[in-house]
Amino acid sequence: MKRPPAATSRRSTGAAAPAAHWLDQLRRAFARQQEAAVDSLLRLFAEPLATTLTWLAMACAIALPLALFLLSSNLGALADSLDRDNTISLYLYADLEPEEIDMLVDSLGARPEVASLQLITADQALEEFRANSGFGDVLEGLDENPLPPVLLVEPAADTTEGVVSLHNFLSALPEVDLAQLDLQWLQRLDAMLAVSFRLVLLLGFLLALGLVLVIGNTIRMAIAERRAEIVVVKLVGATDGYVARPFLYTGLWYGAGGALIALFLTTLGLWLLNGPVERLLASYDSDFQLQGLGLTGGFFVVLGTSLLGLLGAWISVLRHLRHIEPR
Amino acid sequence: MIQFDDVSKRYPSGQEALSHVDFRLREGEFAFLTGHSGAGKSTLLKLIMHMELPSSGQVFVQGQNLNKLSRRQLPYYRRNIGLVFQDHRLLFDRSVFDNVALPLQIAGYDPALAARRVRAALDKVGLLHKEAQNPVALSSGEQQRVGIARAVVNKPALLLADEPTGNLDPELSEDIMDLFRQFNDVGVTVLIASHDLDLVERMRRRVLVLEHGRLYDAQGTGAVV
Repeated sequence: MKRPPAATSRRSTGAAAPAAHWLDQLRRAFARQQEAAVDSLLRLFAEPLATTLTWLAMACAIALPLALFLLSSNLGALADSLDRDNTISLYLYADLEPEEIDMLVDSLGARPEVASLQLITADQALEEFRANSGFGDVLEGLDENPLPPVLLVEPAADTTEGVVSLHNFLSALPEVDLAQLDLQWLQRLDAMLAVSFRLVLLLGFLLALGLVLVIGNTIRMAIAERRAEIVVVKLVGATDGYVARPFLYTGLWYGAGGALIALFLTTLGLWLLNGPVERLLASYDSDFQLQGLGLTGGFFVVLGTSLLGLLGAWISVLRHLRHIEPR
Repeated sequence: MIQFDDVSKRYPSGQEALSHVDFRLREGEFAFLTGHSGAGKSTLLKLIMHMELPSSGQVFVQGQNLNKLSRRQLPYYRRNIGLVFQDHRLLFDRSVFDNVALPLQIAGYDPALAARRVRAALDKVGLLHKEAQNPVALSSGEQQRVGIARAVVNKPALLLADEPTGNLDPELSEDIMDLFRQFNDVGVTVLIASHDLDLVERMRRRVLVLEHGRLYDAQGTGAVV
């Protein structure tokens, strides 16, 4: 009964000493990181003009795709908020028997994709036409009713894809002569938004590449500037990591600073646009509001660009720092 | 402490800086390395610092074969060697204190301990009162002493100096040599490259002479062979 606890306690004391040592090492490693991070930030602030210019260049590169993204996502949200007339009109073949039409109505009404159905029989259609068109006399001369029965289908889906797929299904039915969907302009808008989101992606990729290259080049110059210092610290025993660390943090700060300025610029842009846009939409009876990135979105933009900055610095450090050796 | 086994160094240009150099420096020894400029003094020191690798032969420092030193081990190896440059190589973007603290900061010393060590080293070279100044404001003799403080702050077992008095007048040179002697007295192995033959002679220590890449041992006579 007594042995197991004794064994555990011995094991725990055995582990305690290395654990403290390990923690101590971790704390020192953290202190070194912190030192390099603060030092490189202070170095950036020591040259405010050069740093601000680099940050602004970054900010422009980030703000451009960001603005396009916000434009597209706002247009998308606006399109979704519009009342869509999704009704699909099914023109049935005129030679269908009434029982066949009833069966079709029953089977369609049971489908989950269909919200509601309204049947306009050929006779009703004729009545309506006679009443509304003013061509009643012409109809008198006809032997039979030329109008087909029409089925108005209200889709359950409110997305364009859902409505379109229902439309495709209905067009293929043997009883249906023509299925008409008055959704083309919305489809076109959606297609244009898809193009613009793809454009954001492409532009974002290109500008991310540019960002990495610009930061890489800036870091390359910083390395060249501190060449003498690098030689000295290597001679007094600096590891590659020690030498690289401040430059990596510099890249990180360039990315983060650029992202913060870009966020500020786009937020300012949204704020300036919000008034006129609201007035414009109010005239269309819409209470739509422009949407920004939000805190989470902003956080990810800063995180992403910081990592890009780190990547640029990393590439530069790999390419250039290794070659600076004391000679 | 240092052992050269048939070491030759040929540069890509074809110039042979060292040819078949053999010598040993025992722990706690104090030796000079002389020879006129271009005789290979700097090359020999660079081999010890692993700034260059020999074309043939082997260099051992504290039992470590430098040919087998990996890139990863190199920084830790260098932390055991204090190096004093002719042009002192101080960093002018920081204070005297921070210059001397650099090796300790790199080695990850606790800041409080590092500060004590830095002040002790500065006190040793007589510049404690100038710790807050920028080295730019110091005289060349003082700058060299800061360089020495930086070289010894980490308490290295081996101290190398490349023409440490090259830019100084005789009186200052004497002071600098006196400092090296004091470090040697507490057990530090010292190797100084110098072409100041008068000074070397006066110190009465072992002298290694380099001539056209060949090394001769003048065994403490101070005479040039």
